[in-house]
Amino acid sequence: MNTEQQTIIKNGLWTNNVALVQLLGLCPLLAVTSTFINGLGLGIATLITLVLSNTFVSIIRHWTRPEVRIPIFILIIASIVTAIELAMNAWFYELFLILGIFIPLIVTNCSILARAESFASRNPVFDSALDGFMMGMGFLLVLVLLGGLREIIGHGTLFSNAHLMFGPAANDFELSLLGDDYPGFLIAILPPGAFIGLGLLIAGKNSIERYRSKKVVLVSAPSKPAEASAAS
Amino acid sequence: MLFRKAHSPFVNAQTHVHSIMYQVLAALIPGALASIYFFGWGVLFNLIIAAGVCLLSEAAVLKLRSRPIEPALKDGSTLITACLLALALPPLVPWWLTVIASIFAIVVAKQLYGGLGFNLFNPAMVGYVVVMVSFPREMTYWTAPLGVMDQWHSFGDVFNVIFRGTVPAQVSIDSITMATPMDAIKTQVALEQGISSTRQSPVYGPLFGVIAGKGWEWINLLFLAGGLWLIKLKTIDWRIPVSFLLTLLLISNFFAVSDYATYPSALFHLLSGGTMLCAFFIATDPISASTTPRGRWIYGAGIGVLTYSIRTWGGYPDGIAFAVVFMNITVPLLDYYTRPKTYGDLEVD
Repeated sequence: MNTEQQTIIKNGLWTNNVALVQLLGLCPLLAVTSTFINGLGLGIATLITLVLSNTFVSIIRHWTRPEVRIPIFILIIASIVTAIELAMNAWFYELFLILGIFIPLIVTNCSILARAESFASRNPVFDSALDGFMMGMGFLLVLVLLGGLREIIGHGTLFSNAHLMFGPAANDFELSLLGDDYPGFLIAILPPGAFIGLGLLIAGKNSIERYRSKKVVLVSAPSKPAEASAAS
Repeated sequence: MLFRKAHSPFVNAQTHVHSIMYQVLAALIPGALASIYFFGWGVLFNLIIAAGVCLLSEAAVLKLRSRPIEPALKDGSTLITACLLALALPPLVPWWLTVIASIFAIVVAKQLYGGLGFNLFNPAMVGYVVVMVSFPREMTYWTAPLGVMDQWHSFGDVFNVIFRGTVPAQVSIDSITMATPMDAIKTQVALEQGISSTRQSPVYGPLFGVIAGKGWEWINLLFLAGGLWLIKLKTIDWRIPVSFLLTLLLISNFFAVSDYATYPSALFHLLSGGTMLCAFFIATDPISASTTPRGRWIYGAGIGVLTYSIRTWGGYPDGIAFAVVFMNITVPLLDYYTRPKTYGDLEVD
């Protein structure tokens, strides 16, 4: 794996994370993350869409006229999303009902068009697919993290309704972390909780980065005393 | 014609943040005492918990932000937030609910926005809204006021309810709580029971005083007195309370006259719930309220309309907190469009 691909991975998961840095696709992110499983369901659907759309856009990149590229990208994305929607309708019917309008709306998730336009239409197929996977993974991780946090704080449970995703065998996946008489902090489940939670996640990411950059400065400063004095 | 001449140096009026805040705190005292008198130990517990948690969380966040802690704690603004919150909460809410509301008020609504002077929303009302939305059941834990009951619930009983969640033997939580007059009217009207039959019903009858519910009239009148004193001191501007109360009066009177059986009278709306507390202490918050004269008229009227709408057609018994938080959002826009014209400024359009 060369350095370029390592950059792609790091970009997707952390430095250029779709949800936490680019702040794209916030509508589904805020709307469906009321539980861990809902977040996981939408995250996987978005991930598959991103990988496939990036791959196809990259394959046809030499034959796409720049004047009509946006409609073509949208057509590709829409076909993939329709296929995913039909598949979920067939095999994950209950989850499909819960996620509802947000599955067809993956088409309008700006992160997908953004990746097609800014990455896949200019890069080779494997890199594009990897970029789609990593961007989708970054989005999925945030969805799952936010969904899990909101579920724990709001209901005191984790992995409730896991059977929607993993079949009846997963019925007892549900953990009740905070005890049975936890009154439930309803606002975490309601839309304001999504905004507050996302805000805190972004703040957390930024503070981790600030902490890291401070550490880098502290570590590197003594090793280059000449440069530092020259710069000042 | 003679003008008084004034030469520099001018005398500096010694108004500081803390002097204003302590005036507001002093003006709260009569109404707060009335709340304690009518609702008992629970109000005292709420005040102590809220004040303690608010001061602690303010100090904790300021320490994290490495800002000076002592002046911020001494300026009294945190104590006002704590008092407004505690006076708005029902007297028998569990202790953790007061703690959550206080933390949200100070940490999220005040300090995350940048601290005193930068908060977009009234901290106390944000804390109240958060627990109102999250714990609707616990937020109905009002006791019957003194006058309906013969005496306060004993210190031990209230302590157990609040801190340990246990009710005295042989009774349930429902038998020591009672709907507020506003809540009673709302649910009864929803059941198509008219107001007069609610007032005479065996359950709710004793709850209603002359006008707006036993206890509530006195609490509101004493907050009104404290507020008038603040206006006299020019600590708060008269426009917001006048505009709010006038709007509420006009709307509620309009509906009450149109259908006397369904809509409570204007006096009920003015003297029940948190009307006076809101008019003089919450809506007039110098930070989150509008700052221009015309803006203040609109701001107060907006709170009046929203309060009446939520009380009458909304899902919650009282709508003050939601109305105030909602109008807080509009303040930047209001201030922008109602800037007073500078003297000598030309009309530029």
